[in-house]
Amino acid sequence: MHFDPVLLSRIQFAWVVAWHILLPAFTVGCASFIAVVEGLNFATGREEYARISTFWIKIFAIAFGMGVVSGLVMPFQFGTNWSRYAAAVGDVLSPLFAYEGLTAFFLEAGFLGVLLFGRKLVPPWAHFFAALMVAIGTLFSTFWILSANSWMQTPAGYEIVNGQFIPTDWIKVIFNPSFPYRLAHTAFAFFNTTGFVVLGVGAYLLRRNRSVREARIMFSMALWALTLLVPMQMLIGDMHGLNTRKYQPAKLAAIESRWETGKGVPLTVFAIPDDKAEQNKFAIEIPFLGSLILTHELHGEVKGLKDFPADQRPPVAIPFFAFRAMVGCAGLMLGLVLLGGWLRWRGQLYDTRLYLLACQCALPLGFIAVVAGWFVTEVGRQPWTVYGLLRTAASVSPSLTSSDVTLSLLAYMAVYLLIYPCGVMLIARLIRKGPVDFSETAPAVEAGIASAPVLSPAINVVKGEV
Amino acid sequence: MPQILDLVPIWTVILAAAVFFYVLLDGFDLGVGMLYGLAGDKHSRNTIMNSIAPIWDGNETWLVLGGLGLLAAFPTAFAVIVPAVYFPILVMLLGLVFRGVAFEFRVRDAEHKTFWDRAFCYGSAIGTFAQGVVLGAFVQGFPVQNGQFAGTSFAFLTPFSVLTGVALMFGYGLLGAGWLILKTEGDIQAAARRYGRVCLVGVVAAIAIVSVWTPIMSPAVAARWFSLPNFVLFLPVPVLSGVVALWSWRSLNSKAEAAPFLSAIVLFVLTYIGMAVSLYPMIVPYQLTLWEAASSPRTQAFLLVGTLFLLPVILTYSSWSYWVFRGKVKAEAGYH
Repeated sequence: MHFDPVLLSRIQFAWVVAWHILLPAFTVGCASFIAVVEGLNFATGREEYARISTFWIKIFAIAFGMGVVSGLVMPFQFGTNWSRYAAAVGDVLSPLFAYEGLTAFFLEAGFLGVLLFGRKLVPPWAHFFAALMVAIGTLFSTFWILSANSWMQTPAGYEIVNGQFIPTDWIKVIFNPSFPYRLAHTAFAFFNTTGFVVLGVGAYLLRRNRSVREARIMFSMALWALTLLVPMQMLIGDMHGLNTRKYQPAKLAAIESRWETGKGVPLTVFAIPDDKAEQNKFAIEIPFLGSLILTHELHGEVKGLKDFPADQRPPVAIPFFAFRAMVGCAGLMLGLVLLGGWLRWRGQLYDTRLYLLACQCALPLGFIAVVAGWFVTEVGRQPWTVYGLLRTAASVSPSLTSSDVTLSLLAYMAVYLLIYPCGVMLIARLIRKGPVDFSETAPAVEAGIASAPVLSPAINVVKGEV
Repeated sequence: MPQILDLVPIWTVILAAAVFFYVLLDGFDLGVGMLYGLAGDKHSRNTIMNSIAPIWDGNETWLVLGGLGLLAAFPTAFAVIVPAVYFPILVMLLGLVFRGVAFEFRVRDAEHKTFWDRAFCYGSAIGTFAQGVVLGAFVQGFPVQNGQFAGTSFAFLTPFSVLTGVALMFGYGLLGAGWLILKTEGDIQAAARRYGRVCLVGVVAAIAIVSVWTPIMSPAVAARWFSLPNFVLFLPVPVLSGVVALWSWRSLNSKAEAAPFLSAIVLFVLTYIGMAVSLYPMIVPYQLTLWEAASSPRTQAFLLVGTLFLLPVILTYSSWSYWVFRGKVKAEAGYH
């Protein structure tokens, strides 16, 4: 393996986007969760809801701040490292990115200030409205980014003039063939991720006997939501898979590590794919299951990698293993949700210690599944940036040398490895305190800041006493 | 495709406005970030931080819009300019990352508060310097081949770009001081007036040096300014700049609370116009015109429809957000 600017730029892009996606994976769902709780608070005036909302807003603020700055890095990557890609696809994709900025970023950033700092300054309905706008902003954001990403996977509505993609039909560009499936799959993934975070935090608080009333509400809300979301996500994932088989057969073959085209193919549960020898080592297979899952027919045909020229195949191992990690997470999620439903029916949901511990441990499942899924779809798209049309190697900035990119990659690594652990640590600290935090009502943690406790004014506002 | 209307001028205005909004809005909060490092005690630091905490991320969003607007309306220019300033962009982004997370981290991470305080101040300063370097490199111009940047990744670094980097630090410092005079009272305000005066001297000196250096460096810019009737036509720009600098100086020395910020804004407007006059119609100076770098009419039209509708909406609720947080800021106004 030699380190050329293309490979280094790919590593750099993977590095900044993989860290970035962890934040929307949580904030998109969290914003909706906060909006729902704010709505319940507005409708019922119950103190618990104000506490839960204030608690999650604090966590959201840290994640969102990190999301903003790590997101700011992303559009510049297109220019710094992928300028030939930018020049080629700019006409088609940049309006989608720009609409993301116009509809989403501004909506989020504009109302976030009011959501975070405005509870005492605006009437309750306006605070709820701000929460709603932030939530809608995050969803718009998901819409446009996924549209742009899907277009790179399944381009449509364009013509090529002098090596540049020129749009011919915007509806076809935006609603390209893989977009509806990818959007649904990703949005549900984000909601699931937040669901398991809320579930895990609720379980943690219940185990420690802290803020029990609030913890029960969170835990129960999250479990109801996940009971619906997890099975639906599996269904959507299956539909997304069928769509991939139709439009990106080489990606599907890599996911399954299938070398020969065949009918009634087995499902490869485990193998060590060997790209050079074009075969699997140590394969464990279940007969016919591959065709059944991928085509919904016992004798359905599945294309193999050997049908594609060697220089048009993605690397096999990463999509293969990442896909299995993603599906493994989904299996664990489903198991937890089913078990939770049974315990709820038996009336033992909140005091089965082992189940609470399992839910707490399941907190990162959504994040793992999101990043694994992202690796499946993005590595599976290789060696193209625009599938079948623009090669990754032809997308990189011509002026970059290996040492340029090595230097920048090291800088991004150093900074992210400092910022992210800090962010996680600070969020963990907030979680440990819980929604009912007695230490904050005690005299100021520190002069100047936090001398006014958050909760009492917040609750006074709710009661209409301010 | 038949072209009914040339959208390039409209996009030029929109993009110029977006970049200017960014410079103005993030300019003052980056400036506040730099001055933050000069504040001695915890109380004034909290006050200074609270003066921008609710609005900074809205301000920074204009950078995204500026970058994406450039990509959308003038993709060829984006593909040349951004790789040419590879390292200043990297440094700017990392600076902004540090200062961005510091807003939350310094409150939550009491043991490392000093570290995050420094991250906030140095992040702001480094981000600003890097933006100034980008500006300087842009005015210098870039070698272009086949619609791609053809130089090396370190070509940006010249005495001129370092000068513009320092100049922008003074400029944002002046805006930041103006904002603090508007939003604070007492000792902090008095200190802001002092820093404002220092920054103003730096800004005026930098503008003077750049105004002499640029025409010497670039014959095209010299021809633009020092020919008739242009010279007479553009003469109001430097003259007005002098008048406004004087107004700024006097307001910093008086009791006026809004004038320092307003005069700083006007000074930025005039400098911006001066730059536009020098470089128009180039989007990649001396290489590509706005029309040569423009995206397809379909792209520009599609984005224009939404932008013309959305920009007023954005400006409305951004103003509402500023309105909610109007008035003098207090140290304990945070939600924490």
